[in-house]
Amino acid sequence: MVSARSVAAAVVDPEMPMLTLDDLGVLRDVRAAGDAVTVTITPTYSGCPALEAIRDDLRAALTEAGYRSVEVRTALSPPWSTDWISDAGRAKLAEHGIAPPGRIGPRAAGPIPLTLGRPPARVACPRCGSTATEELSRFGPTACTALHRCTACREPFEHVKEI
Amino acid sequence: MSENVYDSLAETHEDGQWAFGTGFEDVQEEITAPVPDGVDAADLAQYCLMLGDDALICAQRLSEWVANAPELEEEVALANTALDLLGQARVLLARAAHLGAGADEDALAFQRAESEFRNVALAEIGDDLDFARAIARLLLFSTWRLALLEQLVTSRDPVLAAVAGKGVKEVAYHRDHAAQWTVRLGDGTDVSHTRMQAALDAAWPYVDELFRTSEVEARLPGVAADPAETRGAVDAVLDQVLAAATLTRPSRPGAGTIGGRGGRQGVHTEALGHVLAEMQSLARQHPGAAW
Repeated sequence: MVSARSVAAAVVDPEMPMLTLDDLGVLRDVRAAGDAVTVTITPTYSGCPALEAIRDDLRAALTEAGYRSVEVRTALSPPWSTDWISDAGRAKLAEHGIAPPGRIGPRAAGPIPLTLGRPPARVACPRCGSTATEELSRFGPTACTALHRCTACREPFEHVKEI
Repeated sequence: MSENVYDSLAETHEDGQWAFGTGFEDVQEEITAPVPDGVDAADLAQYCLMLGDDALICAQRLSEWVANAPELEEEVALANTALDLLGQARVLLARAAHLGAGADEDALAFQRAESEFRNVALAEIGDDLDFARAIARLLLFSTWRLALLEQLVTSRDPVLAAVAGKGVKEVAYHRDHAAQWTVRLGDGTDVSHTRMQAALDAAWPYVDELFRTSEVEARLPGVAADPAETRGAVDAVLDQVLAAATLTRPSRPGAGTIGGRGGRQGVHTEALGHVLAEMQSLARQHPGAAW
């Protein structure tokens, strides 16, 4: 039987199918004992509607691989961060026209500062590479993206926002 | 007999999903965590209801904007904000149910009466689809909730800490969004300025309640956040936003309590009944329906 970990890791995200769960960094733990397996995943956002689909896809893939009992658990802690998206995942996002998130690192201590202006860091256009881009909408078609526009090549694009 | 498409609502299937939820059969790892030492499970359940109901009712109010927002992008923004809060509510209500407050999170959301809800009034007040009022409510709510969650990150209860750790990132984004709109409208045209100020004035009476420590919260030191301690942080953020927005801090008095009781004790404004009527009616008419 193929290892449960490799089966689970290859399941793709339903919203951004160029990314596997491994690329996305949401696969927390895979434990197999005989033909039973427990997979623990973490949601990207608290109300992420894709979680249900991911759960079903994991169950289907592992059942297909011969595991007879599949349990999918979710764990919130530690909270997911876009820093967990792998380098391979970032490259795949860019290839598909989605600007990958910048690295944010651990949050500084103290109150979270208020952001009143436009974000200072310019996001590079995934099509032409220009950093002459602007944010069109802070919320994009999925919970984890924002909508941007490149003022050089004039194309709109999605950006996975840093969290 | 002619086929009625709604008949399927009453049928049960092995892989059926409850018509109003999403089949909720996943195991959420944190929810079954033991109650921290020295903590009364009933108090902890009540506290989870408070934070869960704040998020649930605010999410319901926000989702009224779906198909009503001034522009498509903003509709997506408000719906996404609602979704984040709904996700937070779900875990908190599931934890409350696990601690004995109800059968499960759906029963708590759909089958409780008005007086059993524990949300603050600010979460339930309506906006009559006035965008400035929706933004004013979101600004006040998310600024306060973020301050609470920042305290809860170190809660002795692992569920509250987990929800808070995840929620701070989301709610910080909501707060920034509301703050940016407040500045845009407040420091905009004469009309937008006047309407934003009026919206803030209308929501202001519900601010006092946010900082009132309930008996339950007082009994949960180190576990619950003390809302009284968030006042400084909330004021500092609001001062910053109002200054940038050229708005005046309202001076209207707080809405007060009924015999010392407010949302945390199940005493609500008239608005909550309307919210629940819309949120619960279908689930109550077709209890347990699956598709």
